[in-house]
Amino acid sequence: MPTGHRRKTTRPRDATGLQVYSARMPVDVDAVVISNTQLSDFYNVVALAAPDVARQARPGQFVMVKPDQGYDPLLRRPFSVFEILRDQDGEVTGLSLLNKRIGVTTRRLYDVAPGERVQCLGPLGQAFDAPAADQQAWMVAGGVGLAPFLTLAESLVEHSLTTRLFYGGRSADDLFYLETFESLGVTLELTTDDGTRGHHGLVTGPLQRALEATSPTTSVRLYSCGPTPMMRAVTELAAAHGRSTDVSLEQVMGCGLGGCYSCVVPVTESGQPTRFVRSCLQGPVFDGGRVDWNQL
Amino acid sequence: MSDLSVTIGSLRLGNPLIAASGCFGYGVEYADLVALDTLGGIAVKGLFLEEREGHPPQRIVETPSGMLNAIGLQGIGVRRFVAEKLPELKQHGAIVVVNICGSTVGEYAEIARILDDADSVDAIELNISCPNISKGGMMFGCSLDGTHDVVAAVRRVTDLPVMPKLTPNVTDVASFAVAAEEAGADAVSLVNTFLATAIDVETRRPRLSNVLGGLSGPAIRPIAVRMVHECRQAIKIPIVGMGGIMTAEDVLEFMIAGATAVQVGTANFVDPLIWDKLLDGLRAYLDRHDLPGLTSVIGSLELEERTAACKSSS
Repeated sequence: MPTGHRRKTTRPRDATGLQVYSARMPVDVDAVVISNTQLSDFYNVVALAAPDVARQARPGQFVMVKPDQGYDPLLRRPFSVFEILRDQDGEVTGLSLLNKRIGVTTRRLYDVAPGERVQCLGPLGQAFDAPAADQQAWMVAGGVGLAPFLTLAESLVEHSLTTRLFYGGRSADDLFYLETFESLGVTLELTTDDGTRGHHGLVTGPLQRALEATSPTTSVRLYSCGPTPMMRAVTELAAAHGRSTDVSLEQVMGCGLGGCYSCVVPVTESGQPTRFVRSCLQGPVFDGGRVDWNQL
Repeated sequence: MSDLSVTIGSLRLGNPLIAASGCFGYGVEYADLVALDTLGGIAVKGLFLEEREGHPPQRIVETPSGMLNAIGLQGIGVRRFVAEKLPELKQHGAIVVVNICGSTVGEYAEIARILDDADSVDAIELNISCPNISKGGMMFGCSLDGTHDVVAAVRRVTDLPVMPKLTPNVTDVASFAVAAEEAGADAVSLVNTFLATAIDVETRRPRLSNVLGGLSGPAIRPIAVRMVHECRQAIKIPIVGMGGIMTAEDVLEFMIAGATAVQVGTANFVDPLIWDKLLDGLRAYLDRHDLPGLTSVIGSLELEERTAACKSSS
């Protein structure tokens, strides 16, 4: 048996032609930083030359990243795959990460220079379930929670599904890639905490109005990523209108591969006691209705 | 060709690298990424008789050159392990060390009996050192009588190699190694994690839901090496050393201090493909020192020269 090599498995496709995002075949790449685009004082996009990871990545999956070789910080950090990068011929050249400067690794990634190397393991985790052919897809993002939705939007519009993005930030300066989403044909509903762009207030405001304005016979699938209280509110609001929500949770993660049991999410089945499941293997995407938000 | 194999009692390992319990799931999680039969062995996540949910998140926190964990031994129970995971591990050709934990001495013995009956288990590691559970674990490992009783009870029900995993959270770890040896252990593994905590100063709350956790990673390595060194002088049975191993040099440090094999835990989180790199490093060391095999390294710490040098310089 060869050492250290992954075994290849084929990834089946479902009836809609979208791939079934279950099998994993992660690779670890010592990726060169292609570019670092600082979007604001806090946000940047880091492009990594990791085509072997990018080629396999499906919307909602993540990578485990370590920008420095040293022991402090010691562990990798999970990041959603933000963009799949392609050259002029359409060949996949890498992927990008949407980064927000918060902790030690994200500060390092904010300042990373082109040519430096970043260890990048992936793709990992479960991708978003594809909506049915006649469903609308509504994405609800808060802040850096925008990260998994660009690849999802590309995949959705590819299948001609009606898509909307409800996107909230602190201020107008915190909303990014709006033209990119618009150019894909995604309808934008923007909100800011300070009212400098779009609706003044929380993202759940326009979401509630949209839910109320939509006929119950119209099938809608919701996707949400952002702060935990936001995802909970979105899940509960959608459920009140008979809709289910896929949430992409961000738990503190040790390994990303199921080895450490640190990233667990409390989930419930109706009437059953809460169980802790590993978000790296069974997530990061969960049916929001199954998450025991009180214990998260 | 350099020989990396080592022997622990009746168990021959192709190389001294064992995936540390709690750091490699049940092993099968890594089958897509790592050829499981290239590891010396896999110590699977600690198992009780019954399933356990473990502690609520937050379960880990990173600290300088290390991490704290308080997972709380979430697990599927020994029977489901034998039915669902063990066959797949053996299919991959893995050497399987099953780490077990009990709330009572009788529970350890009952789990050991089930594993003995399972036929394809290669060794049993007794977790008498988990810092994160209220009943069992470290309760036994912090008492000489408790250590003796657990080892003796398991010894009575199985001929499989039995290896208690010792806690560093005692004054004199060597006395616990002696207790384990006297009770019939085939080997001891050490060290488990160091009891520790971390506090968020903004909220003044503990960072771990369990308040206390266990510190692992390169931060603890020098203390772990010291403890292996102390135990080597106190017992004759093999030692499996662990604590913050990140490189082949770290493996060798433990082996020179007296470990026959080692376990690698936290490093696997940082680099799941570390195994081949460590093996390459061990081979390079043997070549560089013109040694035929790793066994000659075990316990080869040179003490006399150092003593002589000190005397001559004084």
